Amino acid sequence: MTHHVVTRTRTGTIAGIAAVALMVLGLVLPAFASRALIQDLFTILTLLTLAQLWNLLAGYGGLVSVGQQAFVGIGAYAMFAGVILWGIDPVLAIPLGGLAALVLAVPTAFFAFRLQGAYFAIGTWVIAEVTRLLVAQWKALGGGTGTSLPREATSDIIGVEAIRALFGLREAAARDVLAYWLALALAALTIAAIYWLLRNRLGLALAAVRDNTEAAKSVGVDARRIKWAVFLIAAFVTGLTGALIYVQTARISPDAAFSVTDWTAYVIFIVVIGGIGRIEGPIIGVIVFYILQSTLADFGAWYLLTLGVIAISVMLFAPRGLWGLLSARTGLHLFPVQRRLITAGPDHGPSMTKGEKEP
Amino acid sequence: MTILDLSDVSKSFGALKVTDAVSFSVPKGQALGIIGPNGAGKSTLFNLITGNITPDTGRITFLGLDVTRRPAMDRVRMGVGRSFQIPQPFEGLTVYENLAVAASFGQGKSEAAVTDDCVRILHDTELMRLANTPAGALSLLDRKRLELARAMATGPELLLLDEIAGGLTEGECKALVATIKGLHAQGMTIIWIEHVLHALTAVVERLLVLDFGRVIGIGEPEVIMASKQVREIYLGIEA
Repeated sequence: MTHHVVTRTRTGTIAGIAAVALMVLGLVLPAFASRALIQDLFTILTLLTLAQLWNLLAGYGGLVSVGQQAFVGIGAYAMFAGVILWGIDPVLAIPLGGLAALVLAVPTAFFAFRLQGAYFAIGTWVIAEVTRLLVAQWKALGGGTGTSLPREATSDIIGVEAIRALFGLREAAARDVLAYWLALALAALTIAAIYWLLRNRLGLALAAVRDNTEAAKSVGVDARRIKWAVFLIAAFVTGLTGALIYVQTARISPDAAFSVTDWTAYVIFIVVIGGIGRIEGPIIGVIVFYILQSTLADFGAWYLLTLGVIAISVMLFAPRGLWGLLSARTGLHLFPVQRRLITAGPDHGPSMTKGEKEP
Repeated sequence: MTILDLSDVSKSFGALKVTDAVSFSVPKGQALGIIGPNGAGKSTLFNLITGNITPDTGRITFLGLDVTRRPAMDRVRMGVGRSFQIPQPFEGLTVYENLAVAASFGQGKSEAAVTDDCVRILHDTELMRLANTPAGALSLLDRKRLELARAMATGPELLLLDEIAGGLTEGECKALVATIKGLHAQGMTIIWIEHVLHALTAVVERLLVLDFGRVIGIGEPEVIMASKQVREIYLGIEA
């Protein structure tokens, strides 16, 4: 009688193959898609990345941050600083955004980790606001009114020339394609990295800390260190995403780059309606959000009211989000992380988890 | 060989002395029961041993090493395993995953290296049939078993059980006592706080009575239970 542990399922394998196919489709899409579609997909992919990161923080790490706009904003501004002050290519300046966010995340965590629950949320928001006010003092980058990327920097971004030649596009459209590819890569890598993390030993520790911090400590899990790690990783990638968003926008202001609505409230909406604590959640959520936005955006205040009503309804009637609802009904897991103990041999082993078949 | 030794350990919260010059030691393989009225300082004593609380004065040694100021996490890794009075499972994880995380982090090993350990403990604690069930869906008895199993998974040299029999029916209690007896028979050193006296006396070889933070008796269960002082203070019986 032997035992082994598996996380893989048949649906998981099929989902993996589908994901690779989707990636390939995503890569060749600019060859036949309109510029408007590419721009929309750019927005969706960057929001998806931010939502995955917020989900990692809140859904897995129990860190409900309302201050992620601090890292979007500082990442974007660091990229602008690299371009305007030091003459770096905008795309090559994107890593500066990640680094700046990482540096900001250290003092943020130092202060915010002293706070619990709602106080932590407010604390992160306050730190983001303070950062916005400080950045607005940065005269070389336009102060409170903001600035644009200089024409000479955007006209010869690395790779744009090759894309123009490849697809026969105008420069601005080629720039959108480049930004879109980078967003696609960032979203795919983020999801892959989070999935890897959750299947790893650290994923178990994260779940333990989220479920019960005291008990996690009592079995030797260093809860503090894990929260730090998650917070820093999320900040770094959020910073990269912020920088990428503003490479595409090419125009920045403190109010836009540090917007709590755009970079945190919408992101929370996406995670909550899609399903918190699941990788599938933000994917479903961003699709729903995008459909709502494109159909209701003309209705102004009614649009925001509708978002609010939907968010509240989902929280009340499907607290695990739309994906949670679907998954509970069908037992479907596209990104299976649960370890199942399989017994081979005559012994009556553990029963299989409902809805999943052994591969 | 002595596993745990407390010498002259005291702890006060404000003016209240909850642990008052407590000294005792536990040899390897022994099962020691701790009894005392509510508020006697039993849980504080556990927290001092696990490192969740640091004593004001005195010395605690574990496996011959001074751990008085060592943080709780270090002590888990050194081999102090504990169960909570109110079961605190990781509800979103399966029973197996609850053990895997405890074994992997408590022993500092990779997940793959602890599978056999976890399987053995699942058998010992009669949780094998529930291995793939989410811990949030367990009955009280199985939650108590999981508390025990998870503490075992950390690879303890010393197992601390905090009122693990509380709240169970007579039959459930019997089943759990049999499990604990089994672990003890394999050589596990146990310190067990319990109000359910018959459960305790079915397993332990030695009994410690705590009152107002002081040790008022320690020795063989029959002798302790027969002592006039203990009967007066703990059981409230006029001799």
